[in-house]
Amino acid sequence: MNTAMSGTKFGKSQKRVEDARLVRGKGRYVDDMILPGQAYAAFVRSPYAHARIVNIDASAANDMPGVIRIVSGQDLLDAQYPPLPNIWMLHSRDGSEIKAGIRNALATDAARYAGEPVALVVAESREQARDAAEAIAVDYDELPVVADPTRALADGAPQLHPGIANNRAFDWEIGDEAATDKAFANATHRVSITLYNNRLVPNAIEPRAINVQWEGVEERMTIYITHQNPIGMRMLFSAVFGLAAEHKLRVVAPDVGGGFGSKAPAYQEEMAVAFAAKLIDRPVKWTADRSESFLTDAHGRDHLTYAELAMDGEGRFLGLKVHTLANLGGYISFSGALIPTYMYATMLCGQYAIPAAYCRVEGVYTNTCPVDAYRGAGRPEAAYVIERIVNVAAAKLGVDQAEIRRRNFIRSFPHQTPLVYEYDSGSYEACLDAALSLADYSNYAERKAGSEAKGLIRGVGISAYVEACGIGPSALLAKLGGGGNMWESAEVRVHPVGTIEVLTGAHSHGQGHQTTFAQVVADRFGVPMENISVIQGDTDRIQAGTGTYGSRASVGMSAVLNSCDKIIAKGKLISAYLLEVDAETVEFDDGVFSSKATNRTVAFGEMAFAAHAAAAFPTSEIEPGLVATSFFDPPNFTYPAGVYVCEVEIDPQTGVVRVDSFCAADDFGVIANPMIVEGQVHGGITQGIGQALWEQAVYDPDTAQLVTASYMDYGMPRADGIPDFKLTFCETPSPSNPLGMKGCGEAGAIGSPPAVINAVCNALGIDHVDMPATPEKIWRLCQLREAS
Amino acid sequence: MAIIAMTVNDKPVEIDVADRTLLIHVLRDHLRLTGAHVGCDTSQCGACTVHLDGRAVKSCSILAAQANGAKIVTVEGLAQGETLHPMQAAFHEEHGLQCGFCTPGMIMTAIDIVNRHGRPDEATVRAELEGNLCRCTGYHNIVKAVIAGAAKMEAAQ
Repeated sequence: MNTAMSGTKFGKSQKRVEDARLVRGKGRYVDDMILPGQAYAAFVRSPYAHARIVNIDASAANDMPGVIRIVSGQDLLDAQYPPLPNIWMLHSRDGSEIKAGIRNALATDAARYAGEPVALVVAESREQARDAAEAIAVDYDELPVVADPTRALADGAPQLHPGIANNRAFDWEIGDEAATDKAFANATHRVSITLYNNRLVPNAIEPRAINVQWEGVEERMTIYITHQNPIGMRMLFSAVFGLAAEHKLRVVAPDVGGGFGSKAPAYQEEMAVAFAAKLIDRPVKWTADRSESFLTDAHGRDHLTYAELAMDGEGRFLGLKVHTLANLGGYISFSGALIPTYMYATMLCGQYAIPAAYCRVEGVYTNTCPVDAYRGAGRPEAAYVIERIVNVAAAKLGVDQAEIRRRNFIRSFPHQTPLVYEYDSGSYEACLDAALSLADYSNYAERKAGSEAKGLIRGVGISAYVEACGIGPSALLAKLGGGGNMWESAEVRVHPVGTIEVLTGAHSHGQGHQTTFAQVVADRFGVPMENISVIQGDTDRIQAGTGTYGSRASVGMSAVLNSCDKIIAKGKLISAYLLEVDAETVEFDDGVFSSKATNRTVAFGEMAFAAHAAAAFPTSEIEPGLVATSFFDPPNFTYPAGVYVCEVEIDPQTGVVRVDSFCAADDFGVIANPMIVEGQVHGGITQGIGQALWEQAVYDPDTAQLVTASYMDYGMPRADGIPDFKLTFCETPSPSNPLGMKGCGEAGAIGSPPAVINAVCNALGIDHVDMPATPEKIWRLCQLREAS
Repeated sequence: MAIIAMTVNDKPVEIDVADRTLLIHVLRDHLRLTGAHVGCDTSQCGACTVHLDGRAVKSCSILAAQANGAKIVTVEGLAQGETLHPMQAAFHEEHGLQCGFCTPGMIMTAIDIVNRHGRPDEATVRAELEGNLCRCTGYHNIVKAVIAGAAKMEAAQ
């Protein structure tokens, strides 16, 4: 491991190079683009959450102005266009395979959630396409609906997919049930909790968009798509949908306006638009409006969980047992099976040395939007379970919430958990101390008294999260049910004048990779940042990679570093000829090749020119040119961790919970750019506070209609509801990559919901309240509190 | 159809548009000024904010015909050549943006806040940003950027 990036760029708060175009309004987002011959798509969507499609009458729409083509699910079937894939194969407890319902790009037999696309209109303008979509008459046969997984599992419930009994897609388990039962039998204390992890809408502010161009003569397709993984999409569009051979398919994700996991799946709409573009041999663009985003962007979370914790007489954890119903929505989304299983259950032990653990997860179909990865993807759900039950345990034992955590922390690394994963490194107690100090925890009682004097109720909540980032290695993921392919690639091209292009398969949707990836190269080569371009998101330029999700930048940056080191190794060979010394004696530091055998030096740029001139060295021994490619497959996940302390003030007259202070101590390993990392933590914590206090996708239980389908109805965090944050970092390098990095993008959204709810429960002296802790819910609890 | 005459970023323009056309679509599709973005269909997100006769408006809520005769400034009209508007510079320096999609609207709103409040305090900025949504930054650095931008705008006068 080499964490010694000793230059002046890496590890420093470099201002972002991507800002230059973004603050001028010169960003390049998919919807900004109009291609020659541009046509526009609009969707006909099912108004019912569950309905058989009897007939689609497009005759009126066909004759409307500008209409070019109308596509239905039957057209896709006629063209033998396959259904969408589920990329994660699981086996249930009884050994049977996951039961995946068929999901076509446009619904064919039936619609299974409100807003599911049923037909597609292509027209000369966006408005014409929409007008025509409204004129298409679909004859539906309404079917009974079920939005709640508990009801969906019951005998006699409406059935969503033929042949899938009780709507159960899988009944999966992990851990040692017998050992866990034994731990419970031997325990002094047992506590339990039933909690609901509320369904969220990701709400990237840029809606999903795609623009597809088909060049019939060459059978080439170019897809511009707002996506987190353009290279992965090329494989899918080609291998699964056969829209063009992979070498003739170009997928470009230009500037992407936020993703948070919601732009990682393959969606019905994008598949249908690509099909239509090929059909009419013209570029077709579709941009979701916000209502469509609410209805159809893969939602997040939605777990109903029962958990039990066993302890000895001193409050040491002996065993953890968890049973979760995961609401999958109407279909298993792209990686919808992965999130509530290997991304969730594996992290349930949190930061604690728990000898025995067992978790059972049932994946259930309901008439709701499919659920997939959303900021943290499974880890927030896990952190919420363990960090809530730990506080219930602390209350039962009368132990301080910081003390019970300290008593149970994992203290030596690597640490093999009973749930597959081996934590790489950490310093959990140091993080707790840092967070408590930042929060002035020891003087909490004074602040509580101050609130009481104002007629307000103050509470403090602690949460200690750990998560898994930088997903890999490939072989492990393949073993767990994924296809593998968890490496990242990087090509570093040094031009004759010494300027550098870095081509990375990672892809930024706000994380600032153009800056941080350049920082690695600038320091490794000892060259100015201005000499470096970071190229991403275009498969005609970057041939291999796996994109950005699960805080994978550490994997991508490690590939960049390895490519730099290959360049330096070759540079030493070339410099040896220029210096007329033995290659073994050549050293490279801060942009200069030197040798103790001579006083002469070779600057990086001189070496680069010599590599291309190819005159100073024998080309039979050293190839001309200066390009290096690396594929980095991490040996393990990385395990960022942290401790958050939240203080809330509740007004019992209104039930409004105000987050008064929020302090975060995070261990992200080595940090490339503190300014950018802090920004990501701010965003994550805000999403977590949103989940804890306001956000929820609410479906009407009788109709399965989404009743929170706009920014008017859905509780998005706004600037005036969020406090000033205090952050600090506790750095323990990860041994899982050469830079020692861990990952920071999801942390805030993982650690903050339990911190906020722990504070609310602490304030009200209750065991639990389900998220979101809305004023109405809290006001009722305040009334009960007063009555007692 | 109607002929709309406006001044956009100091340039006079004349466009023939359908009656129902919104200002945002004239700016983005006809004038190819794609800095203002469409982020919602309920006038909640503020990504489409531009200045109309000196006031911040959500251009998705204005018919192009209503802007007839108006002076429009979009985010593209702020910088003077290489020199960023002080508020643009503040967003860069305070790391007030991540994905950048909400940023043009945020900057146009921020300038309007400063025009109305001078040197606003944090509570004022947070309250005034109520109509602009950001999912990346948690608003923390946006608030800092608006306060810093206000100081820069005052210094530039």
